[in-house]
Amino acid sequence: MLNQFMQSRLRGLIVLAVILYTIPAFLSNPFHYDLATQMAIIAATVVGLNLLVGFAGQISLGHAGFFGLGAYFTGIMTGNYGWSAIPALVVGGILVGILAWVVGRPILRLKGHYLSMATLAVGFIIAIVINNESQITGGPDGMPVPPFDVFGWELSPFGSYSLFGIELNGSQAWYLFAAAVLLVAVWLAQNLIDSPIGRALRSVHGSEVAARVVGVNTARYKSLVFVISAIYASVMGGLYAHFQGFITPAVASFDFSIVLITMVVLGGMGSTMGVILGAVVLKLLPQVLTHFQEMEAVMFGLILMLTMIFMPKGLLPTLQMAVSKRLKKRAGGQA
Amino acid sequence: MLKTFMRRAGKFAAIAAAGLVMSASVQAAEPIKIGSFLSVTGPASFLGDPELKTLQMYVDKINEDGGVLGRQLELIHYDDVGNASSARNFASRLIRSDQVDIIVGGSTTGATMAAVPLVEQAKVPFISLAGAVVITTPVKEWVFKTPQTDRMAAERILTDMKDRGFTKIGLISGTGGFGASGRKQTLDVAKDMGIEIVADETYSGSDTDMTAQLTNIRNTDGVQAVLNFGFGQGPAIVTRNYAQLGIKLPFYQSHGVASDSFLKLAGDSAEGLRLPASPLLVPNALPDSDPQKAVVQNYKSEYEARWDSKVSTFGGYAYDGLMLAVKAIEAAGSTDHAAVREALENIKGYVGVTGEFNMSPEDHNGLDADSFRILEVQNGDWKLID
Repeated sequence: MLNQFMQSRLRGLIVLAVILYTIPAFLSNPFHYDLATQMAIIAATVVGLNLLVGFAGQISLGHAGFFGLGAYFTGIMTGNYGWSAIPALVVGGILVGILAWVVGRPILRLKGHYLSMATLAVGFIIAIVINNESQITGGPDGMPVPPFDVFGWELSPFGSYSLFGIELNGSQAWYLFAAAVLLVAVWLAQNLIDSPIGRALRSVHGSEVAARVVGVNTARYKSLVFVISAIYASVMGGLYAHFQGFITPAVASFDFSIVLITMVVLGGMGSTMGVILGAVVLKLLPQVLTHFQEMEAVMFGLILMLTMIFMPKGLLPTLQMAVSKRLKKRAGGQA
Repeated sequence: MLKTFMRRAGKFAAIAAAGLVMSASVQAAEPIKIGSFLSVTGPASFLGDPELKTLQMYVDKINEDGGVLGRQLELIHYDDVGNASSARNFASRLIRSDQVDIIVGGSTTGATMAAVPLVEQAKVPFISLAGAVVITTPVKEWVFKTPQTDRMAAERILTDMKDRGFTKIGLISGTGGFGASGRKQTLDVAKDMGIEIVADETYSGSDTDMTAQLTNIRNTDGVQAVLNFGFGQGPAIVTRNYAQLGIKLPFYQSHGVASDSFLKLAGDSAEGLRLPASPLLVPNALPDSDPQKAVVQNYKSEYEARWDSKVSTFGGYAYDGLMLAVKAIEAAGSTDHAAVREALENIKGYVGVTGEFNMSPEDHNGLDADSFRILEVQNGDWKLID
């Protein structure tokens, strides 16, 4: 039983790994790698957000704030104070985690969607601070961020590297790295979901009263998962900053928070693989629709609406259900 | 059966042959690819929209006249919606996927600076249409720009103030990118010129009333003139509040509001204020000896005839960007990136809509502060002062 369980969890991860590492076969130029790397980083952020939305049933409207805070913290620390990237990411993650705890803990004792309002406010405040503290953050014009480094070894999208004797350019190396990060993010999330914490969370999502009755400390679990998802956002924001090499306050904007939520809803709340698909689709959209740029906001709204109406469970879960239904029918017919 | 197959095969062969012929003729004169990412929609659309229209119009015109080096120009354009991350992505797409020969674009400083690291690494010549001084100071090998810097605007305003004998001034600026950078440059230039900034107030882009800040400035001892560095609707509100409070001190605005729409927004309150601007606002007032007069008049009439809308300073930046690119490609005799870059750097005496460009390895903007004209609002219209 346990064995089977382990297998199913690993299976998803292996499928994802295979997909991630066969994608390079279809990418023909550094621009594609560029986009794929961003997709992986954003997907990992959304996997974290999905823990909160899909499992604890809470909505954060300020996740871009945490993402932006992580991005700016790493950018400032590595750029102005000579920190190395890893400690900057870790400390940034911890600080953002503490902030999320301070915000979430009192609010999550309440029932209902008060967290959305609080995160909405926090997100806005973060964006305003980043915009106005131009001595530190460069203000609305943004600031440059040095490349990612580990112990003096630099990973720049413009460098060239060799891995096991294969020559890679910087974009390819970054993609491989980002794909690995995404795998780790998914693995961590899956473990969390299948742990006692995950079960407690799902019970909260199902019925908070029932969960309380059987002795689940709902406030504690909800704040815990909120903190974890904020840390996800912060660390990914930091990586994103290193990859982009230049950040502006747009990374912390309310618009971006909405994009993140849309990815979760579109892909399928509660489905880790689903939200990755959501991130990929929404990240690809602006590039596909370059000729209808002015319609982008309309398209976003339309997609969100249509998913809510026709696929309330999201893209991937709906597809999976349709496929398994058909398979069952076929199996039934044969028998 | 065989007959239909034969007929189909024949058709296919004909199409394939036609395709081959066409691709061969295309190869004979492969177009020069000019890449562009502009903020055509979104909050900065007042910049990107006239810029794109100008680029489209003059690319068509140049192609009708036979192109450049006997090759046609092809404009590949993306809209970054005023978002720096998309600007970077589209710059990446232009460089790596479309493999353009030169980039003319970047409506805002944020969008430009987000693309700079990519451009520098990929070694593609890039002419930015954004204002801030950071774009070309320090000089970046592959990055050029056509608008005057905000530093020049500050220099021009403060020189005019000094000429009129003002040495103690009040400053009010927006907290947006333009205002923040302008404030910094003004403080810097003022120090060099011996002008004292006795009051320093700010407002945010969404503020609807600036009387508090203006009252502070009015109540400051010894203030002789007031300067507002801002963008969008903020400066219009400041101007209205200024008149409502009955402040009699001479009032200056920055080049950020040098457009006819500002006159409409500010109405009578704008009477008597001065600002540095492109000669594009007063083409007919320029003396005939001014080398820019013909260029400016031409651009204005061509633009207004084609698009049936008022010409704007920002479109002028795109005009100069495109013309500089064309000049450089002609001088280089090819689209080789390094040769074009070098040719760009050596352009001297090109008279554009914005001013006279004299590029050098130390100066990738090529304009001086005098390319700004000081205008005064008189009877609801611009009047050329200097």
